[in-house]
Amino acid sequence: MLEIRNLRARVEGKEILKGINLTVNAGEVHAIMGPNGSGKSTLARVIAGHEDYEVTEGEVLYNGVNLLEMEPEERAQEGIFLAFQYPVEIPGVNNSYFLKAALNAIRKHRGQEELDAMEFLALVREKMKLLEMDNTLLQRPVNEGFSGGEKKRNEIFQMSVLEPKLALLDETDSGLDIDALKIVANGVNSLRSPERAFVVVTHYQRLLNYIVPDIVHVMADGRIVRSGGKELALELEEKGYGWIEETEKAALVNA
Amino acid sequence: MSPVMTTESLFSAQFEAFIREKEDRSPAWLQRVRQMAFNRFQQMGFPTMEDEEWRFTPIHPITDTDFVPASAAPVAITVGQLEPFQFAGMEYSQIVFVNGRYSPELTCLHPLPKGVQVGSLAAHLSDDPDTADTYLARFAAQDTHAFAALNTAFMDDGAFVYIPRSVVVEEPIRLLFVSATENAPTVSHPRVLVVAGANSRCSLIESYVGVQRDVYLTNAVTEIVVGENAVVDHYKTQRESMDAYHVSYTHAQLSRNANFRSHSITLGGGLVRNDVYALLNGEGIDCTLNGLYLVNGRRLVDNHTTLDHARPHCSSHQIYKGVLDEHGRGVFNGKIYVRQDAQKTDAKQTNQALLLSDNAQINTKPQLEIFADDVKCTHGATVGQLDADQLFYLRARGIDREDARSLLIHAFAMDILDRIQIEALRRALDEVMLAQLPKPH
Ligand SMILES: Nc1ncnc2c1ncn2[C@@H]1O[C@H](COP(=O)(O)OP(=O)(O)OP(=O)(O)O)[C@@H](O)[C@H]1O
Ligand SMILES: [Mg+2]
Repeated sequence: MLEIRNLRARVEGKEILKGINLTVNAGEVHAIMGPNGSGKSTLARVIAGHEDYEVTEGEVLYNGVNLLEMEPEERAQEGIFLAFQYPVEIPGVNNSYFLKAALNAIRKHRGQEELDAMEFLALVREKMKLLEMDNTLLQRPVNEGFSGGEKKRNEIFQMSVLEPKLALLDETDSGLDIDALKIVANGVNSLRSPERAFVVVTHYQRLLNYIVPDIVHVMADGRIVRSGGKELALELEEKGYGWIEETEKAALVNA
Repeated sequence: MSPVMTTESLFSAQFEAFIREKEDRSPAWLQRVRQMAFNRFQQMGFPTMEDEEWRFTPIHPITDTDFVPASAAPVAITVGQLEPFQFAGMEYSQIVFVNGRYSPELTCLHPLPKGVQVGSLAAHLSDDPDTADTYLARFAAQDTHAFAALNTAFMDDGAFVYIPRSVVVEEPIRLLFVSATENAPTVSHPRVLVVAGANSRCSLIESYVGVQRDVYLTNAVTEIVVGENAVVDHYKTQRESMDAYHVSYTHAQLSRNANFRSHSITLGGGLVRNDVYALLNGEGIDCTLNGLYLVNGRRLVDNHTTLDHARPHCSSHQIYKGVLDEHGRGVFNGKIYVRQDAQKTDAKQTNQALLLSDNAQINTKPQLEIFADDVKCTHGATVGQLDADQLFYLRARGIDREDARSLLIHAFAMDILDRIQIEALRRALDEVMLAQLPKPH
């Protein structure tokens, strides 16, 4: 579904991604861990099409087509969803209006009928229940004045309404208490299917108890320095990122 | 060979004819006021860009035009032509003026509470010259503002609204000034006098509209006298022809415990200058001056506001927003005076401009002059483009760039319309605004 080959990207002249290779197949869940500043969010934003990031080398294929040539909205319409690490507040734009516009843009792209107000409301009600969201959030401006946890939950709520094919969750678990975490994980798991893939960026193994990954990657300084099964996350939690860096260095010395 | 006419001499000729024509019809005091105002205008002349108050607003398109008095070029306007300027889903009384002249045919007044007067100023001047004398031309800055002086010199018709003390008028009163020209560019000088007695309550919608793409000058002056503890909601909606010139001066004279909220929505006009001056002349006054303007093409909209805090314990709130596209230009100058006596003043001013093109331009200047020591005054100005993070967020959800832009621009402007208390008015303005904002292609 997603194939990233030797991807290099920079922002403001500074190289952040230094040769990423990653393949995600439909039905899989990948976790990406790694120290602060290692480039996890940058990778997610480059996949989503953020214009601040300049790709200098490599390619990103999404179902065989060159993703890098597509506008952010086309990527979303093609089924890519980024749950933001820091969801953006948009004063004056009603959450429900926004989500309906997004859903209908995507449906239109897929050649489906746009939903009318009633149909949309019915859909949204069901998803809100799943995520135990407060109804009033829907009538408020997008993310404005939402608590940290509410913002994260709103991201997953949007995801469950938009039903993407490839979801990138950037630290959606950060700042959630254990109950909220379970609800969010539940929202994600309810979408899991053989046609969908997830890339979950997290610092905490805790989330991975609920969203069990097929593969765990560790990023450091703009590269994926190690990949493994879900045990890797446990090992990281126990030994810290320092452990990876040590073994990396040792590998370099030995080479 | 005829000598080159300056605009000042053009108006001199018009004034001489006008004052002569009025000699037998107007009370002596009124003729005196006109003459004095014209003398003052002649002393001042039209402002130039050397003038601090007009630094960013070149008015040569006005001074280069040979206007004829609108009264000399009558046009017929039909009810149908006014249809696009009406508000659906609300009841309101409406008094209509065509090229500055009262139009009884187009006017439609609902039954109003006892003692309330809504009518033509010209009629009022002849029927009840004494109350007119008490209030008219007592407040507006005809001594310092050349256009206000010119309006006062040519003062003749316009609207007169009187709300007796303790009377509550539920339905909004709408003053609709329509302009249209047939041949040469015309000038009108509409005048509005509103007197709201103590404890009274009313909503006024003062509208200036052009029915077709004409060149003309509307030079308006409005005086609003708000009595003790009265509540006045004032909406000025301006949809002049995009080629028209609109200069307006609004003076609000506020008494103790009055509550005055004014919203100025500028959607039309090629060259626009609005002055709003509020004198907070009693304790416990609450005054709101909000504004929204949209400019595109090569249009220019200049808003000058003054909040004059003369007495203690008053608060004022002000938020102006502009959306500037293409080669549009905006000027905002917000003065707040806090006089020595005005302790415990709480004044807040915000000015925001959204620039949608590299060629759009805004000049903004807050001007705080504070002579009291125990006051709270804040001001903030932001000029910027659409927020890149917000745009990306919307696009990352599948909303295409143009739709995302429209959504954000609309949200920015809607912040002002949302403060309008009359829902039907808000909806109508939103519709017009939406049609004018950059649209998805
Ligand atoms: N728009 C930007 N402008 C300048 N620097 C940026 C920008 N975006 C990212 N960076 C820099 O790129 C590096 C990687 O940032 P990124 O957000 O991808 O890290 P991360 O792995 O997600 O970290 P965290 O775990 O703290 O979220 C950091 O040094 C960051 O400061
Ligand atoms: Mg990050």
